[in-house]
Amino acid sequence: MEKRKLMRGSIALAEGAITAGCRYYFGYPITPQNEISEHLSARLPEVGGVFIQAESEIASINMVLGAASCGARAMTSSSGPGISLMQEGLSYLAGSELPALVVNITRIGPGLGGISACQGDYWQATRGGGHGDYRLIVLAPNSVQEMHDLAIKALHLADQYRNPAMILADAILGQMMEPVNLDPPPVEIPAKPWALTGARGRKPQLVKSLYLADGEMEKHNWHMYEKYQRLQEAEVMVEMDLEEHMDLLLVSFGSCSRMVNSAVALARSRGYRVGHIRPVTLFPFPGDAIREVSRCVGKVLTVEMNTGQMWDDVRLSVYPGCQCRLLARPGGAIPSPKQILEEIEKYIKAGDLLAKSVR
Amino acid sequence: MQKVFARPATLLETGFHFCPGCHHGIVHRLLCEMLERYNLQEKAVGVPGVGCGVFLYDYIAIDVCEAPHGRATAVATGIKRVQPDHFVFTYQGDGDLGAIGTAEVIHAANRGENFTVIFVNNSVYGMTGGQMAPTTLLGQYTTTSPAGRDSRNDGYPLHLAEMLAPLEGVAFAARVSLHTPAHVKKARRALQRAFETQLEKRGFSFMEFVSACPTNWHLTTLQSVEHIEQKMLSVFPLGIYKNTAAATVRKEGEPADALL
Repeated sequence: MEKRKLMRGSIALAEGAITAGCRYYFGYPITPQNEISEHLSARLPEVGGVFIQAESEIASINMVLGAASCGARAMTSSSGPGISLMQEGLSYLAGSELPALVVNITRIGPGLGGISACQGDYWQATRGGGHGDYRLIVLAPNSVQEMHDLAIKALHLADQYRNPAMILADAILGQMMEPVNLDPPPVEIPAKPWALTGARGRKPQLVKSLYLADGEMEKHNWHMYEKYQRLQEAEVMVEMDLEEHMDLLLVSFGSCSRMVNSAVALARSRGYRVGHIRPVTLFPFPGDAIREVSRCVGKVLTVEMNTGQMWDDVRLSVYPGCQCRLLARPGGAIPSPKQILEEIEKYIKAGDLLAKSVR
Repeated sequence: MQKVFARPATLLETGFHFCPGCHHGIVHRLLCEMLERYNLQEKAVGVPGVGCGVFLYDYIAIDVCEAPHGRATAVATGIKRVQPDHFVFTYQGDGDLGAIGTAEVIHAANRGENFTVIFVNNSVYGMTGGQMAPTTLLGQYTTTSPAGRDSRNDGYPLHLAEMLAPLEGVAFAARVSLHTPAHVKKARRALQRAFETQLEKRGFSFMEFVSACPTNWHLTTLQSVEHIEQKMLSVFPLGIYKNTAAATVRKEGEPADALL
């Protein structure tokens, strides 16, 4: 029977991680994600796991690295400033090909910024974030159900591709409550013959990211690039709400997509033919889907709670010649369905006069 | 004829990259002796930090996880919490542990993490080419203290063993030296106590090795030995600063080396 429960986003995510077999959490307090660590500090000991409140986010991510090197499913969570401190560790995790789950319940930046919802960490999350040639697997939920399900998915993908995975959510998704189906899928943690479990009955093993010999590092970077190509081919997740003969295609992710959903319903009730593409995986980005759909639309409106970060990827993806506009609300402001609707109407009525991409 | 001294099998038969007169090789050998003494080769995980010690995995036949600069004690925390019955140690230099990794080591020690920290203190950044370290002696010339370390600008040598020993999570803390055979023997005994501390699950164990870096001190091997004896040991007194097994916590004014 389906277990359905009213839950807060942060708690649903934490429970999803436990369901996926994650037994190790290392974190440092920061608003607006403390509910995750508070919940896991009580829950992990109940399931035979370990919770440590570390002295910093730098320590947290490196504890995750240590736990992951032994083959355990391990995670941390934080928000903007803390995620910035973790970039060193994320780069090492990627370079050492270690799986891990890192949750970013974003806040406003730069600097100390503010604690309300914002999507200003898109670039940091999808471009790697730390030094070197690597990517994170980035999943962007837009509901409490997805906070739960994508936490499970992220831990699976991380193991499968031996790469750190990030859940990119925000204060809205962390705090809001919705009913969640907790019917758990069977958990299969893959064998990890590379794990540092002691050199018993085998040769000593090594987890490292240092390659000094001539050509080794180039080979390693191409090996990782090939992995990211495989991700791009096999793991794109995208939600599409399309119509025949659309006047306009909207693109948004995360909590912002909920406002866009409402605006799309309003626009359709007024007779506009609009569609909506929501990337669920931000890396790998559903560029092919956007290219294919935009070919027959010609006008694409990206809505984001930042100054236009995913807009870069949308403009790289659209069919050549497509017009790309942006509705951006940075700094904690949230675009209302009404504001989005006004933008939709304005853009559709602008006809073909608007030839170039504008904000 | 009986063989009384041999290379430990865990110490791989390959040439060290260490410079002549460097003491890292001795620390490696002592570690291997202890791993074999307690039959830990198949359940040990070593965590070298960034510095000359990072190539530990080329020399010691155990599982190894490379840590980012300064983060070895955080990485070791993750490893030990997942595998509490494995033998886990970090291997860090004075820059790695005494500068960039100070927060991590203090808090790992304070949590009483049940692993062993091997700290090689040669008072200089070796791998990057001789810059000033937190343990650089006052007046010591380095590439970033060209007029000698001046406390008015650079502060003072940091005393890690003394700093960590008072923490309640620390079960064993010692500073030893390797500049004479007699000191190596004392160092071996202290290292054995540190291993026992972890094996008996008594908490955090800390081994500081005062070591030579002739290359970056711009001294010969023999001059380096004299430098340790004449300059370093007065700043970094040898001794066991804490040993909960023997209930020997150093009292005020008592020389630490009485316990070695």
